[in-house]
Amino acid sequence: MSSPAPAAPPLLRFDRIQKSFFGVPVLQGISLSLDQGRALGLVGENGAGKTTLMNILGGNLAPDAGRIEFAGLPHQPRSPLEAAAAGIAFVHQELNLFPNLSVAENLHLTAFPRRRGFPVIHRALLRAKTRALLEQVSLDIDSDTPVERLTAGERQLVEIAKALGIEARLLILDEPTTSLTDLETRRLFDLLERLRGQGMTMIYISHHLADVLRFCDHIAVLRDGELVGSGPASAFNATRLISLMVGRQLDQVFPGSAPPPDSPPVLEARRLSHPGIIDQVSFTLRAGEILGLSGLMGSGRSELARILFGLDPFGAGEILVEGKPLRRPRPIRCLRRGLAFVTENRREEGLCLEASIADNLLLVALRDFAPPPARWIRRRPLQAAAARIRSAVRLTPTALDSHPVKTLSGGNQQKVVLAKWLLSQPRVIILDEPTRGIDVGAKCEFYQLIHDLAARGTGILLISSEMEELLGLCHRILVLRQGAIRDELQRPEFDRERILRAALHTERAP
Amino acid sequence: MTPATRHPWLIVLNQAPVVLFLAVLALFGARSAQFLQPDNLVNILIQSSSTAMVAIGMTFVLLTAGVDLSVGSMMFVGAALAGKLALQGYPLLLSILAMILAGLLGGALNALFVTRLRIAPFIVTLATLYLGRGLGLWITQTRAMNLPESFLHLGAGRWLGIPIPLVILGTVLLIAHIVLQHTPFGRQIYATGQDIETARKAGLRTGRILASVYIVSGACAALGGLISLTQLGAVSPTFGAQKEFAAIAAAVLGGTSLFGGRGRVFPGTLLGAVLIQTVENGLVILNADPYLYPLVTSAIIFVAVSLDCLRQRLVERLSRRLIRPV
Repeated sequence: MSSPAPAAPPLLRFDRIQKSFFGVPVLQGISLSLDQGRALGLVGENGAGKTTLMNILGGNLAPDAGRIEFAGLPHQPRSPLEAAAAGIAFVHQELNLFPNLSVAENLHLTAFPRRRGFPVIHRALLRAKTRALLEQVSLDIDSDTPVERLTAGERQLVEIAKALGIEARLLILDEPTTSLTDLETRRLFDLLERLRGQGMTMIYISHHLADVLRFCDHIAVLRDGELVGSGPASAFNATRLISLMVGRQLDQVFPGSAPPPDSPPVLEARRLSHPGIIDQVSFTLRAGEILGLSGLMGSGRSELARILFGLDPFGAGEILVEGKPLRRPRPIRCLRRGLAFVTENRREEGLCLEASIADNLLLVALRDFAPPPARWIRRRPLQAAAARIRSAVRLTPTALDSHPVKTLSGGNQQKVVLAKWLLSQPRVIILDEPTRGIDVGAKCEFYQLIHDLAARGTGILLISSEMEELLGLCHRILVLRQGAIRDELQRPEFDRERILRAALHTERAP
Repeated sequence: MTPATRHPWLIVLNQAPVVLFLAVLALFGARSAQFLQPDNLVNILIQSSSTAMVAIGMTFVLLTAGVDLSVGSMMFVGAALAGKLALQGYPLLLSILAMILAGLLGGALNALFVTRLRIAPFIVTLATLYLGRGLGLWITQTRAMNLPESFLHLGAGRWLGIPIPLVILGTVLLIAHIVLQHTPFGRQIYATGQDIETARKAGLRTGRILASVYIVSGACAALGGLISLTQLGAVSPTFGAQKEFAAIAAAVLGGTSLFGGRGRVFPGTLLGAVLIQTVENGLVILNADPYLYPLVTSAIIFVAVSLDCLRQRLVERLSRRLIRPV
């Protein structure tokens, strides 16, 4: 990447960085440089090596070969602390805050102001310093508030305040907008713009290509551990980025859709209500239908899904599965009635990260393979089913038994979550943000999978924040706002503006 | 700040240890006038000081989501060593220093295995529990040792009118409280207990932090042993046996989470230790069947843990974010 002001040396330079895990090359000689006060967008499929490269920069990993130069000096951090001392702050995808500590304590955990001569924290000074930092990120909260009481957006800002606190010169942001509402995202970008104006250098990693194209000065594309494209942002557009990321030209991201079937209802909600959460929600999902649930973050989409699967209580209304009422839903009852629920939090709720792929696959359907009366597990049919399901979802050829799920890429992890449910042969699948944080290639595979499941008669309730996904896949879309259904669109009526209007409507809450 | 923190039940449940303590005081006080006499209350405090001391160290370990089962054995080794030295005519102070040193070394051994070899704390300290007990039996040759009077004098002594055991306990408690709540190291213990991997990534020296809590626990165990020695004046082969359970119970009764990251030595752990002793004392005064003591104690621990779970669930329910006006 060429510098616009050739006189100044770049702030950061990667020189032929290599890294392998268990003999599998993850980075194959990456060379990149970045000037002071610029934002570099780093894009690539999951498993392309973005996070590994950043972990090397941030002191979490050591490279096998190659060198990094930062601010004119060789940069070989042996720990995150050393990287931070050099002026590099890493805002991780999973935020690294301690919910049991206060905002002030989180901001100063490694550098508390002390009373002179004693190893005791100077509380007044701590508060003052915290206030100053929070002001810089325009966050108006008390410095003694425990972090567990903050929203996702507020926590993100605290993370950035932390970076400002160590006077970082380089800020690494890994998918910072994933759990933010639209408003919070706007606030974040305003802040990032301001920081860049003050000379902060940034590396911005995201699957939201529009954000990357709009915000970043330069873009670098990684694929399979190699740098396959890099240059000023103006040289790219979304289509070109996607084709670089997947290495092939994509004419159509989505599989074709079948017309909505006139088939029996598999899941019905009748005037479902719960105070403060959802209000009078009614809908009918038919066999073979893909029903989209649109709405902004916090509109009650996930809450509705959790209620339908018996994870949260509801106050009034009725749920029917295949025409028969589902009384007092609990996950186990829902499961026996043929419901499946793919959660939006695959790491926390969808997977046992330390367990093997095989063990994760068997979580749901194990009972079916242990017939009464003895309920001993019948290994062979189980293994056969696991192998079948694995090829059905085109799961990575990694060994089923030996690798913990946490070593897989996001896309493969999500496939494990889905496959786990498919083993129980559900009639209805509730998918909550099934393609969040997974790469474009895996997304396409997921779309094909969803499409195929519906074609074979499974009813699918698809919750998604990506409008394209809903427009491309669904037969019908419901729009949720403040926990109530505000609009319903049949496929021929699909219209972005109408959906957004229904989702956004700006009446004030009474 | 948020409505959640103002919920009346939550305020009550947040103070569960205090509420439980007052309830027990009121219960026994109503049954026996003797129970609430100041002399008896001071007596309870003195009797609980050894457990409280060990429980302070245990709280440090529990805060990191670990556990130290070896504290009872550490007490025994230290006491056996101190007794042996004292009987051979070494000065009192030297025996006490040897005792504390033994505790520090025992804690360091635990720390070494937990941090360097990354063995689960439960396993490591179970092993050192047997190791310590064995060492102590070897030092005492499995016989009870009657110590010189000087130990009992120390226990009966006063400083500024305060019984010496309470002076030792109070000093350690004050230091422990300041360390946990008001020093960078203390706050880093809470962070490590909440999520050790995140703590490591944040640049905390988690190895050192983990190591130090076991050393603190060992030292507190030795000091707890010292207090016991000054009260008993003898070392029996069962000295300190099962103290680990009393210490864990005291910490948990005082609101310390076994999952790490939550708890305080003051008032929490202190109250927990005193509560256990209060129950025993009250039962003695009421002439209850001695076989009943462990049953009542376990019932109270059960209630305390249940209240903590209730509190947790209430917090979760109250902090559920609403989407629309109720």
